[in-house]
Amino acid sequence: MLEQKEPCCETQASACQCGDTPNLKPLFTSAIDDDVCCGPPAGPASSSYEKAGYAVWHFVEDFVETPAGQAPRVKTRMEFPDILHTAKVRLGIHRNNYKVAPGLYCVGNPDSSAPVLVTANYKLSFDTLRQELSGLDAWLLVVDTRGINVWCAAGKGTFSTQEVVHRVNQIGLAKIVEHRQIILPQLAATGTSARHVKKGCGFEVIWGPVRADDIKAFLAAGKEATPHMRQVTFTLKERLVLIPVELSFIPQYALWIILGLFVLSGIGSHIFSFEVAWTRGIMTTVALIGGILAGAVVVPALLPWIPGVAFAVKGALTGLVAGLIVALYFWSQSTLLESLALLFCTSALSSFMAMNFTGSTPYTSPSGVEKEMRKAIPLQALAGLIALVTWIGAAFAS
Amino acid sequence: MEGFRYLKGVSTLNLNAEACVGCGMCTTVCPHGVFKMNSRKAQIVDHDGCMECGACTANCPSEAISVSPGVGCAAYIIQSWIKGQENAACGGPGCC
Repeated sequence: MLEQKEPCCETQASACQCGDTPNLKPLFTSAIDDDVCCGPPAGPASSSYEKAGYAVWHFVEDFVETPAGQAPRVKTRMEFPDILHTAKVRLGIHRNNYKVAPGLYCVGNPDSSAPVLVTANYKLSFDTLRQELSGLDAWLLVVDTRGINVWCAAGKGTFSTQEVVHRVNQIGLAKIVEHRQIILPQLAATGTSARHVKKGCGFEVIWGPVRADDIKAFLAAGKEATPHMRQVTFTLKERLVLIPVELSFIPQYALWIILGLFVLSGIGSHIFSFEVAWTRGIMTTVALIGGILAGAVVVPALLPWIPGVAFAVKGALTGLVAGLIVALYFWSQSTLLESLALLFCTSALSSFMAMNFTGSTPYTSPSGVEKEMRKAIPLQALAGLIALVTWIGAAFAS
Repeated sequence: MEGFRYLKGVSTLNLNAEACVGCGMCTTVCPHGVFKMNSRKAQIVDHDGCMECGACTANCPSEAISVSPGVGCAAYIIQSWIKGQENAACGGPGCC
């Protein structure tokens, strides 16, 4: 047996698949029926794919043998854990630590002529791709983008030429496929140079579509993208899923600000009154919530229909509307000065929140955002100051 | 991108037609259809559609395209004003 060993066995490489694998077969394959012991009968034996120190992901169907070791065959259907974690990430929970291990995966029964699709190791990106691959036979090369989605990773430089070249060489892709083509998502182009990838590993980069749901049509058309596949979109659905995360960005010290506003609201010609602090504090809190909702919910949702080009302007407009609603709601118990203060507070806050949404959109240029901010931030600060002074002043005027 | 237009005349995108070798790669990688091929030369047809992502410069074989790439994200820009360009983190709470 010894002389038949392949070089990888000597080096004890982890991907070594040579030799017989009788040891992998479990001792007991069926459930053990033991009525001596307490509790329900023991479950089935461990799967032969389990390895000490590793956990097999629920989305792995089984493992296929390749000339460069085993590759997990993944399911193309989302299951409960995927849906649950997607929901959590979309709500901003653990969204910065949601990864799959980089390496080679596959769907269906790929052979040496099957296409190779490259993606990021952010699990949301990985899931988005694999659920579009039902019925296809393809290799999936997951590169280590440090758990960041394709476009952001390309912008940050973690979805890079070096990483693609390194991963292609590391997994030995040249041993697995006969052709010399890899399909990269188009949005990776920001960080990846097709010609340098070719130079580095010999594989030609084919730029795939922007969205994973076009991949089937792209492959069926002989790896040709339509102009629509090449352009980013920002549909209502694409905008709505971003809202919870926008809201999760609200800093925790916002609670302290609200507390501070309650205290501030109690100051007046009577020096300080808890009763006044309570009633006026509630007004400021409602104005703050109104401003946040107007800027971080209404602006993303109604983005293309709100007048204005700059986000700060759009936010100021929705904030003005929200402020009017808040002022009208408290009309009977507030003075004109107070209504004015609420209006300024809501508009300024909404404008700022809307401006921060620029980072989540796929069409704002850094030059544009900076230009907008240089004009908007002083005005937002001024409006905030006016709101504060008017609010305190109103308590002395009445 | 229909229905979504941002500030005009701000993009740092620049194309040197003389250096263009006509490979058309910029028309492929641009996510906003900023370029079109016109008699074997790339041409900027929608300068204001550019979001300065840098995909074109990264993939232009003759360095005919220049742009100062970055992320159009207010939270990131605020950080770069306060902490400086090197320490501004795109990520964590506040950005992509």
